Order: sequence, then C-alpha cells, then structure tokens
Amino acid sequence: MITIKNLHASVEGKEILRGINLEVKAGEVHAIMGPNGSGKSTLSNVLAGREDYEVTAGEVIFNGKNLLELSPEDRAREGLFLAFQYPVEIPGVSNINFLKTALNEIRAYHGKNEITAKDFLALVKEKQKLVELDGKLANRSVNEGFSGGEKKRNEIFQMAMLEPTLSILDETDSGLDIDALKIVANGVNTLKNKNNAYIVITHYQRLLDYIVPDFVHILYNGKIVQSGGKELALELEAKGYDEIKKQF
Amino acid sequence: MSNEIIQEHINKDYEWGFITNVESETFAPGLNENVIGALSKKKNEPEWMLEFRLKAFRHWQTLSQPSHWANFPYPKVDFQATSYYSAPKKKPELKSLDDVDPEIRKTFEKLGISLEEQKRLSGVKSNIAVDAVFDSVSVKTTFRETLSEKGIIFCSFSEAIQEHPELIKKYMGMVVPYTDNFYAALNAAVFSDGSFCYIPKGVRCPMELSTYFRINTGGTGQFERTLIVADENSYVSYLEGCTAPQRDENQLHAAVVEIIAYKNAEVKYSTVQNWYPGDKNGKGGVYNFVTKRGLCIEDNSKISWTQVETGSAITWKYPSVILKGNNSVGEFYSVAVTNNYQEADTGTKMIHIGKNTRSTIISKGISAGFSNNSYRGLVQMRKGATNARNFSQCDSLLMGDKCGAHTFPYIEIKDKTAVVEHEATTSKIGEDQLFYCKQRGIDTEKAIALIVNGYCKEILNKLPMEFAVEAQKLLAVSLEGSVG
Repeated sequence: MITIKNLHASVEGKEILRGINLEVKAGEVHAIMGPNGSGKSTLSNVLAGREDYEVTAGEVIFNGKNLLELSPEDRAREGLFLAFQYPVEIPGVSNINFLKTALNEIRAYHGKNEITAKDFLALVKEKQKLVELDGKLANRSVNEGFSGGEKKRNEIFQMAMLEPTLSILDETDSGLDIDALKIVANGVNTLKNKNNAYIVITHYQRLLDYIVPDFVHILYNGKIVQSGGKELALELEAKGYDEIKKQF
Repeated sequence: MSNEIIQEHINKDYEWGFITNVESETFAPGLNENVIGALSKKKNEPEWMLEFRLKAFRHWQTLSQPSHWANFPYPKVDFQATSYYSAPKKKPELKSLDDVDPEIRKTFEKLGISLEEQKRLSGVKSNIAVDAVFDSVSVKTTFRETLSEKGIIFCSFSEAIQEHPELIKKYMGMVVPYTDNFYAALNAAVFSDGSFCYIPKGVRCPMELSTYFRINTGGTGQFERTLIVADENSYVSYLEGCTAPQRDENQLHAAVVEIIAYKNAEVKYSTVQNWYPGDKNGKGGVYNFVTKRGLCIEDNSKISWTQVETGSAITWKYPSVILKGNNSVGEFYSVAVTNNYQEADTGTKMIHIGKNTRSTIISKGISAGFSNNSYRGLVQMRKGATNARNFSQCDSLLMGDKCGAHTFPYIEIKDKTAVVEHEATTSKIGEDQLFYCKQRGIDTEKAIALIVNGYCKEILNKLPMEFAVEAQKLLAVSLEGSVG
C-alpha cells in the first residue's frame, strides 16, 4: 500500500527525518512509537503533505503513485487520511456540510456523481453509531466547542465517513480518558479490513492494548531504530525510552 | 502562508466589468450652477427642486473635501473632471418593457435582474419588484400596478418629484440634511435619480422591493437618492444591488439613503454592494462615499441594515439609525470584504434618544491581499435614553500578512441607566484550517469559501433567501485566490 524509502525531511533547515524506511501492506496495522521530538508528528505531516516541511531525499510510493508529487488534497482523494493530533475548529461550518463537501470532492476525483442527500444522511447515521458520536455534534460547527475527547471521536467519525485506504492516527490517544480510548479503538477495529491499513502513532503503549498492531517500530532521532511485533511495545513500556536513548 | 501562492491566485477577474454599447447623452465634465440648472431642466423639475439643489450646491462650495477621514490616505477627487449626468438617449416615458432599449435589457439580464414581471431568469416566478437605475436614470420599475393596489408607492425618485411632490418636500433631507457632510451636500445638489418608496398605514408589503444600480458610461459619477417612508404599522423589506464596468479610471458614487419609520413600522434594508473594485494593482475602481441613515421617529419602530460589501476601490459608509421613538430598535449587520488594494472604512452610528431603545451591531471584516478594512462605529446614549441597550460585536479575519484590519469603536454615554456591551476579535485564516480542509480532500478555493461563509454565517442568515445565495457566491468569488 505504501512504501517509504530513505525519507529525509527538514523544518526551517533543521533535519528531522533522517532516512525512514517503512513498508505497509493492505490489511496491516503498524504502530510507530518514540519519545518526544523523535520525528513522529513530522512523519505524519510529511506524508499528508504539509507545506512547512521540506523533503530533502527519499521517495514514497502510495498505491503505485509518487505520493510526494501529489498536492495535499489529492493525497486525501487518493485515500490517505490523517487523524490530527490537534483537530482544527472551523466556526460556522457544520460538521455535516464539511463532510459532505469533502466526500463529494473525493467522489468527483474518482469520476463519481455527488452523493444524494438521502444516501448521505443514511451514511451519517450509520457511521455516527460506530464512534458513539452524539447526533448533535454532527450538526455543530466543525470541532467548535468540542471537548478533547469529542474532537478525537470526530476525527474517527470523519475517517469512517471518507473510507480511506490508509489512515494515520497521530497520537489519537493523547488527552483521552479510558472510555473515550475504548470507543476510538473500537471504531478503528470495526473499520479495519483486508483492503485498508493503519499507521498508529503513539507515545504510550496503552492504545495498543485496544488496537493490536501487527508491527511495532521505534522512531528515534528521525530514524526507525528497531522493529518487531506487538511484544516490542510492551518491552518498551517496561524499559522506558531511556534505554533506547542510551543504545542509539 | 506563502506569498507566491497568494500572488499566483490573486488574478481573478471581475465578472461584471462589461460595458454596454448604448447611445448616451452625457453632460460635459464640470460642476457649476449652470450645470445644475441644466440637469434640473433636463428632468423637467419644479422650481422648488432647483432651489433645493442650488442651496445645497452653495453650501457644498463652502466645504472642503475630507482628506484625513479614514486611517489611510486617498487621492483627492477632481470634481470638475466628472460628468454629472448621463442617460441612455432612447428614453424617456416607458409605457412597457418593450420600450426599454434592448441593450439595456440585455445588460440587466446579464446581471441576473429581470425587468419582466412574470419571470425570473432562473425560471422561478419573481416575487421581487425592481427599480433598475442605469447611469443617471431609472429605466424601469416593475410590479407598480400590483403594489399600487395596496396603496404602496414604488417608483423612481424623478417620477416621485413629479407625481408626489408633497411627500418629497416633506421627507427629502429630513434624516440626511444637505448640511450633513461634504458628500451629502454634493448629492443633494446633483443627484439624478434613485428610488422612492412609501408604505401606507397598516400595510405589509407583499414582496421584496429592490433597486439595482448600474454605472455604465465612463467618467460619470452616480449620485442617487433613495427615500423610504414606512407609515404606522407597516412593513417593508428592501434590497439594493450594484455593479459597474471595469474601467481604469476611478468613478465616483456618492449616494444618500434615508429611511423613516413611524409607530410600530419596520424597515429591513439589505445591500449587496459589488461596484468594480479596481484591478489587482489597485488601478481603477469605484469610490463609494455613501450616507445612509434611518430615523425611528415614533415608538416601537424598527430599522435594520444588512450589508455585504465586496466591491469598490474605496468605501466609506456608515448606515445609521436614530432611535428617537421609545422602544425603537436599530440593527446593523455587516460583512465587508477587501482584497488586493481595496480600502473599506465602514460601520454604523446608533443614536439612542428614546427610552428603552435597543441596538445591535454585528460587523465582520475580511481582509486579503494588500487591503485595509476598518470598522468605525459610534454608539451614543443621549440623556433621557433610559434603559437603552446596545450590543456590539466586531470581528476581523485576516488572510495573508500584507493586509490590515482596524476597529474604531466610539462610545458616548450620557445616561446612567444605559448599558453598552462591546466585543471584538481578530483572527487569521489559519494555515491550520486550510490544511485540515485539504487533508479531507477539499482544495484551497473551496476551503476558503467554506471557512469564510462559516465566518459570516450569522450575517448571511439575515439576508432574504435569494440574496443570501448570491452573496455567498460573491464572497467566494471576491476572495478567490486570496490565500495560499
């Protein structure tokens, strides 16, 4: 699904990613863990196409296309979804209107007609249940006045609505209490199938109790320094990041 | 936000910039008593009207052109270089629509304004009566018969002078006297046409009334006057739209609008102002210097201004309400957009005189490119305005880092029981918001339209349905390419 080869990226001249290699296949869940400042968020922003980041070397092939040549909106239309660590508020724009615009843009890109109002509402109803999102939240302005947990659930709701092939969850667990965490994880587990894939970025092992990864990678100083199965996360949790820092 | 992208996208053309080829009779540029005499004669005006004009002109000559009004400079206008009258030759006395010059009919059709009563261009049956003003004259007023059955007078100002002189004499200058300011004096001296509307006692106007202003001829100024009188227990909703061709020189538009509301009457006045704003380098565009004021003359009356301002090179405009009657209500809802080198200085004045008077001000300024956008507002609570209340909210949205937003609230309170609340915010259209939209598959142009429309939602909701849709599209077009 996505192949990242020797990816280097900098922000304001400072190199943050120093040669990332990663391959994610359809049906897989990969977790990327690492201490603060290791480049986790940079990786997700670079993949989503944020302009402040400069890719200095490497390549990324996403579903057969050169991802780095695509605009951020085309990456989204090709099926890449980023669940933001800090979801943005858009006052006055209803969640529903926002999602309908997004969905229709994606459909237009694939040569499909606009979704009918009836089908859209049915879809909203179905997906809302999945993340136990209050019907009222769907009609409110995008993220405006949402609690931290509501914002994160709204991200997963949007993911459910847009049905991406690759979803990157950027520290979706941060700021969530255990109940919200379970709801979010449950949403992801329900949406998971053999045709899509997930990259779960997290600082803590906690989320991985609920979203069980096939692979765990440890990111440190802009490189993946260690990869393994789900047991690697537990090992890391027990030892702490200091061990990693000493080693590399 | 990266500047290259701002530059790259900024080249959106003004869609309404075409020029109509119609034979016009245009006065030579220049202004003196003879010109005013000729103008008055051309319009076959009674003696009292000419006297009014000359009095205003003589007063105007004693005034000097305001130079440091707004907080940015503006070039001096050469009043001798402007022509004060231009009218399509094929006039006057229109008995039916067929008498309207086909070129002018086409112009209004192109602008989406139908002069035919039974159909709109969209195919939907119209429920809006239109007075169409082309350069200096009104070319057609629709639905007059339907309205007159209810006793409503809706006609061009010129006709009103001929047919309802007693009403014009009584009300003209009542709210905005010619001594009010430089441009009000100029307008009183040289105004050429406009609309007059009178709603009799107890009548609720069954349709929206609308005036559409179009400047066509080059080098002319448009000076129109609108007068709306709502008698006791009446209601009217009034719409005003305007466009001008794309020209390199600056054109002057100095209008006066007066509204008078009697006991329990309500007037809702909505404007979508889209005069040519000049090109992306700030060349050309209309100078829009307008005096708009309403008088809630008796108890329980209400005047509400809603405006969406996207056009003009320079706009000075402060639609105001004098709340004289007890329990009267004044409202001002505004969206002002400036892009490229446009400058807008707009706001309102709410003058509370009567007891329990209430006013609400909601202003949303959006600045992009190299433009400047100011809110300037006065809330005055005079002695005796017991328990008067005002709520003001002024929000500014910035796009890019080359534009400016300014807020100048003036508050004068002479009554201890009065309550004034003021809130102001400034925000930048965030790179974060744009990126969030893009990450969901929405491109930049659509994202800006979405964000801006969301930002202006509470104002757009105040507009009549048909107008709101138009305004939404206009906002998107005006800002197209303003942000990277």
